[in-house]
Amino acid sequence: MSEKLLEVTGLKKYFNVGRNQTLKAVDGVSFSIEKGKTLGLVGESGCGKTTVGRTLLRIYEPDGGKILFNGHDISRVSKAQSKELTKKMQMIFQDPYASLNPFFTVGEIVAEGLEIHKICKTKKEERERVEELLTMVGLSKDHANRFPHEFSGGQRQRVGIARALALDPEFIVCDEAISALDVSIQAQVVNMLMNFQRELGLTYLFIAHDLSMVRHIADQTAVMYLGTLAEYGDTEEVYSHPIHPYTKGLLSAVPVADPDYEKTHERIHMDGEVGSPINPKPGCRFCGRCPLATEKCREVDPILRDMGGGHMVACHNV
Amino acid sequence: MKEHLLDVRDLRVSFDTYAGEVQAVRGISFHLDLGETLAIVGESGCGKSVSMQTMMRLLPMPPARLKSGEILFEGKDLALLTDKEMEDYRGKEFAMIFQDSMTSLNPTMRVGNQMCEGIMRHQKVSKEEAKKIAIDMLAQVGIPNPEAAFRHYPHTMSGGQRQRVMIAMALSCNPKILIADEPTTALDVTMQAQILDIMNKLKKTYDTAIILITHDLGVVAQMADRIAVMYAGEIMEAGSAREIFYQPSHPYTWGLLGAMPNMIQDVKSELYTIPGTPPDLYAPPVGCPFAARCEYAMEACLKEEPPKFVTDGGHVSRCWLHDERAPEVTPPAGIPALKKGVKVDE
Repeated sequence: MSEKLLEVTGLKKYFNVGRNQTLKAVDGVSFSIEKGKTLGLVGESGCGKTTVGRTLLRIYEPDGGKILFNGHDISRVSKAQSKELTKKMQMIFQDPYASLNPFFTVGEIVAEGLEIHKICKTKKEERERVEELLTMVGLSKDHANRFPHEFSGGQRQRVGIARALALDPEFIVCDEAISALDVSIQAQVVNMLMNFQRELGLTYLFIAHDLSMVRHIADQTAVMYLGTLAEYGDTEEVYSHPIHPYTKGLLSAVPVADPDYEKTHERIHMDGEVGSPINPKPGCRFCGRCPLATEKCREVDPILRDMGGGHMVACHNV
Repeated sequence: MKEHLLDVRDLRVSFDTYAGEVQAVRGISFHLDLGETLAIVGESGCGKSVSMQTMMRLLPMPPARLKSGEILFEGKDLALLTDKEMEDYRGKEFAMIFQDSMTSLNPTMRVGNQMCEGIMRHQKVSKEEAKKIAIDMLAQVGIPNPEAAFRHYPHTMSGGQRQRVMIAMALSCNPKILIADEPTTALDVTMQAQILDIMNKLKKTYDTAIILITHDLGVVAQMADRIAVMYAGEIMEAGSAREIFYQPSHPYTWGLLGAMPNMIQDVKSELYTIPGTPPDLYAPPVGCPFAARCEYAMEACLKEEPPKFVTDGGHVSRCWLHDERAPEVTPPAGIPALKKGVKVDE
């Protein structure tokens, strides 16, 4: 069995939103990612997937649970250790317009991490590294002197990827990294990310709401609903044999680019909307929208159970 | 020849800016009949929204300028109307729903009052009757407790609810044409499925014609009867939904279809990519606008703009590969062989 790079158990992140109210953005999430593999994290907006990514990188301090990175618990670390960790864990953000400092040139943006960690001994060496990185992501060396506003969305996202790769990380969180891009540009960026994974042995947490892209890129997929995992397992298994009623509804809602399939395909109707994560009631978070909900679902939290071959499902009724 | 409900011919729209003229829409023609859905597909900046906003007279002119074109609605050219005359059409005959429901609704007005404004303007009814119509529409788009929603402000509603309000508002005057500009792009898939269901249901009830602007080919497959693929301000390929999905004949359409990951089968192969980026519309290229990114481009493509070729009934494609003299090419895997076509004059 291959080595686990990241092992998360019972991760919790709560936000205090005043008046004795707690927003339980992430409420007991467990998963692991093997070295060199991709875990896709999907769910509707507000389900806490971005918070998971940010807590892993310790942009947020976790309120509970363990994060084992290469076997070391990083859920409680000092400032200095945390700085060391940023070398190994990086993030690619959703909005290529907001995530690049408009006052910095592209070269400065990519070099910032190199400077903070004093990777390069001379300015010349730094310059060469930046140029190498820009070439890797399909930009030209001359782009280093330009400012972000001179680039298109797809090119900016490439700059964001070059920045994430600058410190030779082992693990990258791609937080909706392609959602803001056009279809043809999305394909370019996804192919590039998959090539880097093969060449550099990177491990990804790929957060997205585009279920078809996750199927394409991820080895394993976790489906999140209001701060908890509903289903988790090998991508192929989760997509072709979904077990949790939420996963079934979610997958069924995805429109497929095939008119004949669309005509014959029966959609599972999932009425209503995602509830509120503020002071959630006990019991299954999905029970208000679930066709299978029983008394037990309203009272007892379901836990992830192995349904065979590592296909984990949190539901009382399957 | 049968008269279409809407017949747009050679529409050209430019923006005059300090840097020069941006030719956003460069001669598009299409038609629409009652009860059908036309999907306009293309990437950002291809002119799909600009052409619709021109039809609705929503663009500030200047900087926008209608260079040429006829917009025939039931035989009457809307391009010739004054802004004042256009007010009787906008909202009544044509209605539009937008992508961003937060900025498209007035945040300082209650939902009901915003809806009644349009109803009272176009249907000449009293305030009481307008309220009745509005509440009935809100119920039809599936808003729970429509009487209460009538008194709500937009910010108290979720994105999906606001998008429902927009649809209710757009359909409250029973328009013949509904233009939906990326109506579900900002929504989650589950909400998207609900909104698309509502649009299809209302289309059947009222026999409304829909123009759907989107870049999501999945949504197109679910909704469209006919499809127009736009690129750099021109329609590159147009045809029925089945023709575009199963017999695509323009290399740009091949690229778009190939760039989408497959949802129903697991294929871990590389996604097909279109290299490069769309051309600069300040100075559009001389020949085919797609030639620079097209792996099948020939010398002719760089020199002369391809005309329209008809391959099957209503299936039109703007590509030199359909010409008798063009060499045979092999399309990407899974796409049937290219047919030769007949050149049509515009």
